[in-house]
Amino acid sequence: MTIAGPQSGSLTGHGAAGGAVQPTGPGPAPPRRSRLGRLWPWFIVALGVVYFVTPLLGTIRLSLRHNKGTWEAWRLMLGNDQMWPAFGQSIVNGLATILVSLLIIVPTAYWVALKMPRLRPLIEFITLLPFVIPGVVLVLALIRLYSAPPLLLTSTYNSTRVVMICAYAALSFPYMYRSVDNGLRSIDVRSLTEAAQSLGAGWPTIVTKVIFPNIRLAILSGALLTFAIVLGELTIALYMAQRTLAPFMADIVRNKPFEAAALTLIAFSVTWLSLGMISYVTNRAGRRT
Amino acid sequence: MSVAEPVRKNMGGAKRPPFRFRWNWLGVMPFLLFAGALLILPTIVLGARSLTGPDGATTFENYGNMATPVVIDSFRLSIKISLITALVGGMFGFLLAWSMVLGGLPRPVRSLLSTFSGVASNFAGVPLAAAFIATVGRVGLFTILLKAAGFDIYKVGFDLYSFIGISVVYLYFQFPLMVLVITPSIEGLKKEWREASENLGASTYQYWRHIALPVLMPSILGAMILLFGNAFGAHATAFALTGGNLRLATILIGQQISGDVLQNPGLGYAVAMGMVAVMAVSIGIYSILQRRSERWLA
Amino acid sequence: MTYLTLEGVRKTFGDMVAVSDFNLSVEPGEFVSFLGPSGCGKTTTLRMVGGFEQPTTGRITLAGEDITHARPASRDVGMVFQSYALFPNMTVAENIGFGLKVKNVDKKEIHTRVDELLGLIGLPEKSRAFPFELSGGQQQRVALARALAIQPKVLLLDEPLSALDAKIRDELRNEIKRIQRSLEITTIYVTHDQEEAMALSDRVVVMSEGEMEQVGKPFEIYNYPSTEFVASFVGRLNRVGAAVIDAGLGTVGFDEAVIATGTKIDKPDGSPVDIMLRPEELELNGSSTNRIPGTIETVFFLGSIVRVIVDAGRIPLTVDIFNERLLDMPSVGDAVEVTFPPHACWVLG
Repeated sequence: MTIAGPQSGSLTGHGAAGGAVQPTGPGPAPPRRSRLGRLWPWFIVALGVVYFVTPLLGTIRLSLRHNKGTWEAWRLMLGNDQMWPAFGQSIVNGLATILVSLLIIVPTAYWVALKMPRLRPLIEFITLLPFVIPGVVLVLALIRLYSAPPLLLTSTYNSTRVVMICAYAALSFPYMYRSVDNGLRSIDVRSLTEAAQSLGAGWPTIVTKVIFPNIRLAILSGALLTFAIVLGELTIALYMAQRTLAPFMADIVRNKPFEAAALTLIAFSVTWLSLGMISYVTNRAGRRT
Repeated sequence: MSVAEPVRKNMGGAKRPPFRFRWNWLGVMPFLLFAGALLILPTIVLGARSLTGPDGATTFENYGNMATPVVIDSFRLSIKISLITALVGGMFGFLLAWSMVLGGLPRPVRSLLSTFSGVASNFAGVPLAAAFIATVGRVGLFTILLKAAGFDIYKVGFDLYSFIGISVVYLYFQFPLMVLVITPSIEGLKKEWREASENLGASTYQYWRHIALPVLMPSILGAMILLFGNAFGAHATAFALTGGNLRLATILIGQQISGDVLQNPGLGYAVAMGMVAVMAVSIGIYSILQRRSERWLA
Repeated sequence: MTYLTLEGVRKTFGDMVAVSDFNLSVEPGEFVSFLGPSGCGKTTTLRMVGGFEQPTTGRITLAGEDITHARPASRDVGMVFQSYALFPNMTVAENIGFGLKVKNVDKKEIHTRVDELLGLIGLPEKSRAFPFELSGGQQQRVALARALAIQPKVLLLDEPLSALDAKIRDELRNEIKRIQRSLEITTIYVTHDQEEAMALSDRVVVMSEGEMEQVGKPFEIYNYPSTEFVASFVGRLNRVGAAVIDAGLGTVGFDEAVIATGTKIDKPDGSPVDIMLRPEELELNGSSTNRIPGTIETVFFLGSIVRVIVDAGRIPLTVDIFNERLLDMPSVGDAVEVTFPPHACWVLG
């Protein structure tokens, strides 16, 4: 589930950080067409579906073809004593990344929206940097910079892990910031804050009772996407010698194709689940407003 | 905290005389420091080291040394794959997006398709490679089925572990990325333009040829360039698929991390900076084109 | 000879009736407005004439031909949209000439025609400009020229002026009228602005909730409204709730005042009845027979008109007086009598 490169979200200008494009309204009405003309979209979509579903079918098939029995691959995979620790590490990393990212982004986004709106372009530019610096270049740079004395931050497994989590948080900035900023913009945070202040509310009240409830959705969106990204990230984890899910999987793919197939399906389902949740959640909110 | 002296800089292009330190900047410090430490500083250091020769002096020779076959071949391969997947991904992705927005498909179908686009654009790296190996690898499902029908795709030149194979795999996330990026622009086509053109007697072909496509062209070009960058910077999928056998630019850099395959650390840094340059240019062009297209389509 | 006819035209969206039973015959060269509040069905009806919506039932004919289900391109109507809908990637000249280019008209002829139209709308110097360089009013004029370029049989305008500033709106209104007159083109104009509708049209169709309330000349619509909706939508209206005193004589009572309406009232003595009065037919302290006492509540100086709100006890009465230099401006708090002749009364129900 590694992101191959720039992820669409931040650059498409979509609210839900790149999770999915939702058909918002009825959309532009499709023009009346001849009967044949009406078929083209279906044909194109059918082609697309064939292309996208076939690899999944192949994987399903392979996962069931272990020579020791249909479900052997799944049994081996789920019983693999290395997978669960790797999975666990990835999950912990994901949660930690979300935490770090939120702690930095949410106050910053609020601050910028409220007090320094002219700084927005600069911040947005910085959040574009993860797209300009490919993962493999970033990990090269991080290792060279932080493993040399006097910094020596990568001397232990866990200290490297911390650096990696920080790197992941930086990689999540485009989505997190875009999501939270959009959320703040949609509630017109300046007016809301000023209204609350004019009614006598203090800062803690404003933040907890006025701002936070209204951007819960945006935060959730950004968090889910970040989680999916971290869970599937290979390049940085690999070169930092971290035993997370993706490097483990890369190993399996090479040596144990059947189990790899099973794991792939699990990975795909988890991605679908978390991103599907983003769509569902943002769709419900869209209808509320 | 001390109060700083006036700094003679123009921030963000605003035409103001020397700005004074404001406490406001404190609020964005955590962000700036974090991004600085993890994104900006490493890149700068990388750049600095790429300009350092083996003796420690500042020099451009690393960049000159990039003209070796190893580096040139890897860049050529990466560019080839990126171009093809950007073009094919862009064209078919556009058709998909058109079908979804203007194709008159029922609501649930569109919803499902767009959720899937979001998922598929993230489905890269190891699972994607595994899925394709399982399907069109040498003993993949599809390969075997076709062989049984008498058609051996590997004999006709297809090879999952070659540049063709990688391109096919990359399309799996290029198509959805194109859909995600171009859909807002297609949605931005005013329905009145279509009606006005119909009213004036234009056929569907004429509408697309004279109005819709010209208006969409900046967005489409920008999106394709984004796709190019996306493929160029991709590492995980190729790695999971071929290990180190197919030497893309990103794979080369990865190998440089694990061991000095280029026999010259400075060269490695130069290659890395070269990649950053390519990415920066492509993202830059994309941003410019996007801003232009927003003028007509926002 | 009617040129454009709509017979029994009806449009439903599922359960919702957008337009019910629309019947209209338009003469060649006539300027007809569809007037009504948002959602009354006027735009839907217009779009059915243009071919962008299909009637659920009914027939539309143009110059003898049934165009009910014809495609927009083959109807020979020209449409001007509320949002102008100019093609952003083309210059003004290219926009105007598009309809001709699509018909493969010879380039030179397109050029001539475009120049002609640019002259007609008064923008000859803008031929190479792009839409985003033009103001709203200029864009709308280009949209008009573009629709006229194909020499349509009918010109359809969908609230073309609502997105513009008041001053521009006035200017453009005159332009549209002038152009329509000089080309003698049959025109249908949709608006929610009654002043606009009355100023421009030969006839006005007042609509409400999908129904045609009244069709007639502006003078008729204003002075002889046939339904209460028309009376209150077009122009201002005072509504006085009174009680019948003598149905045969047509006198009613409002508090202590006795009002002579001059017409027989079709209701028993003592029953409640509403009297409608136009503000411009009322005077302050005039010499007419009907007099209602009150106190001045507010005075609005509107320029050519002075609008006085008089508190007449149970209701406020709006009185419009013409301004003149030597006018003795009424002041708030003055005790006055609102006076009006019997024929100013319109008895409702």
